[in-house]
Amino acid sequence: MLAESLQFFFSGLTVGAVYALVALGFTLIYNACDVINFAQGEFVMLGGMTTVFLALAGLPLPIAALLAVAVTVLMGLALHRLAIEPARGASPVVLIIITIGASIFLRGVAQVAFDKNFHSLPPVFGTNPIQLGGATILPHSLLVLAGAGAIVLLLWLFIDRTLIGKALIATATNRLAARLVGIDTRRMVGLSFAVAAGIGAIAGILITPITLTSYDVGTLLALKGFAAVMLGGIGSALGAVIGGLALGMVEAFSAGYLSSKYKDAAAFLVILLVLFAMPQGLLGRGKVERV
Amino acid sequence: MSVRDLSRHPLAALAWIVPIITVLPLFFPSAYYYRIGALVFIFALAALGLNLLMGFAGQVSLGHAGFLGIGGYAVAIGPAYLGVPAWLAIIGGAVLSGLIAYAVGRPILRLKGHYLAVATLGFGLLIAIVLTNESAWTGGPDGISVPRPALFGLNMRRSEPWYWLAAASFLLSAVIATNLIDSPTGRALRAIHDSELAARVLGIDVGQAKLAVFAISAAYASVAGSYLALFNGHITPDIAGFLNSIELAAMVVLGGMGSVVGSLVGAAVLVVLPQVLTILHEYEHIMLGLILMGCMIFLRRGIVPSLQAAWAGARR
Repeated sequence: MLAESLQFFFSGLTVGAVYALVALGFTLIYNACDVINFAQGEFVMLGGMTTVFLALAGLPLPIAALLAVAVTVLMGLALHRLAIEPARGASPVVLIIITIGASIFLRGVAQVAFDKNFHSLPPVFGTNPIQLGGATILPHSLLVLAGAGAIVLLLWLFIDRTLIGKALIATATNRLAARLVGIDTRRMVGLSFAVAAGIGAIAGILITPITLTSYDVGTLLALKGFAAVMLGGIGSALGAVIGGLALGMVEAFSAGYLSSKYKDAAAFLVILLVLFAMPQGLLGRGKVERV
Repeated sequence: MSVRDLSRHPLAALAWIVPIITVLPLFFPSAYYYRIGALVFIFALAALGLNLLMGFAGQVSLGHAGFLGIGGYAVAIGPAYLGVPAWLAIIGGAVLSGLIAYAVGRPILRLKGHYLAVATLGFGLLIAIVLTNESAWTGGPDGISVPRPALFGLNMRRSEPWYWLAAASFLLSAVIATNLIDSPTGRALRAIHDSELAARVLGIDVGQAKLAVFAISAAYASVAGSYLALFNGHITPDIAGFLNSIELAAMVVLGGMGSVVGSLVGAAVLVVLPQVLTILHEYEHIMLGLILMGCMIFLRRGIVPSLQAAWAGARR
């Protein structure tokens, strides 16, 4: 019984860590410019797929991964400069449709540049599962958790301890005031897109050995990431991480104890119930309505 | 009433569509074009319902395909398992969708902005998941075939009668929608769109008005879903999927939020475009994404309102 629960806990933690990274990407971009970026899942896909194909081309895995992150960051910057920046001031729904257009576009590019098959990467620490309290865990899962933890920590240090990070917070808090004190808010929004794309790419590379990747994995990940963001409360980075982990846990436990067919249903049912009770998500602060 | 007043009548915009509907088939080289035309009007019907919710009341729904699914499976399951005739199943599906919307709308519509978006998205997904997994009734992921009876004395196996039925249904729904927008309820909805607080101060029962329009838009989508299932003779849970929900929302925003004609234009673009783009083979999605982004960047208020504004500007 306990071993079983522990097993579900591990798998929930691994998947949840990836959801949390996707959710962090959503949060970064939302805080910088109020855009819900539905192309966030495509960043995850691009990270995984580019690594796979660069590795197939003969590059060593670390270099392939590094290049994949760089390519994805460039895509993020291009998305900001060519699609979001020209549409500044459009209504939120219009911006959502633009990012959906971008995700269709990126999926199309991946379909042409790569292929339509499923691909995997070799797990870094081999495939021998580790025994832990009656449950087993793949060594690669530990890498996913460590990687996600490191990203969250680095991101926190970057935002909390550097001048650029403080400028990002200022931009998120009040764009006009930030501009008045000399912050180039446009660059800050661009930076958010770059960081979000980079985090997405790393998440994609980390999870590929476990869940495989293909040109169309982004849609579902974006859906789950968005759900995690709203569960945690939009705009809160801690909320995004908690929302992601919670979503992974609910999925893993409902797949284990109820039915794997209904794990997505259980996840969204929980989200609906949480939102009915707490309309601002778990950690979202109530916004005072301006009249 | 002078001619000028007449042209300002809310139904004037619709009067333009009637000749187009009747003349267009003269240029159809094959039955395939009737098929595409029918699909345009069916999706326009669903988009119109969603536009009432999004464009007039200002409430986002990213789960509206769920109601397409309810309507679609109503005409699949009703006649096959319950012996209900198809036309009654269409109405039954619409009533059921409206009731479900009324029931879930109570808690969901209290949410705002992106929280409302994720709640409707989750609701739509729940319906799709149930349709996928309750295979005893729905045939599971492979779907279920839909019996196609003679409807209103027409042979509904061909595309041509569907074109006329779908076009007529869209027109009727557009008249109803236009009247609704012009009614006290419609004015209340627009007030909610502008400022929910101000509407409440004016004594509008905001919750009730939102619920009513949510139920109406659900019924519109349900009828469209029934048509779609009968037209194709087959239905799969994909009809209720996230991609369809997004497509409906994209039709509304692309055509123009708050524009009845915009719903038709948005549906026409997003139904016809993928058909045209198949000539690009594997580059289809790249192009579709680019066009969607380009339209929204340059015509951010939607195609119809942007062109109307440009036209009004040119005349001045």
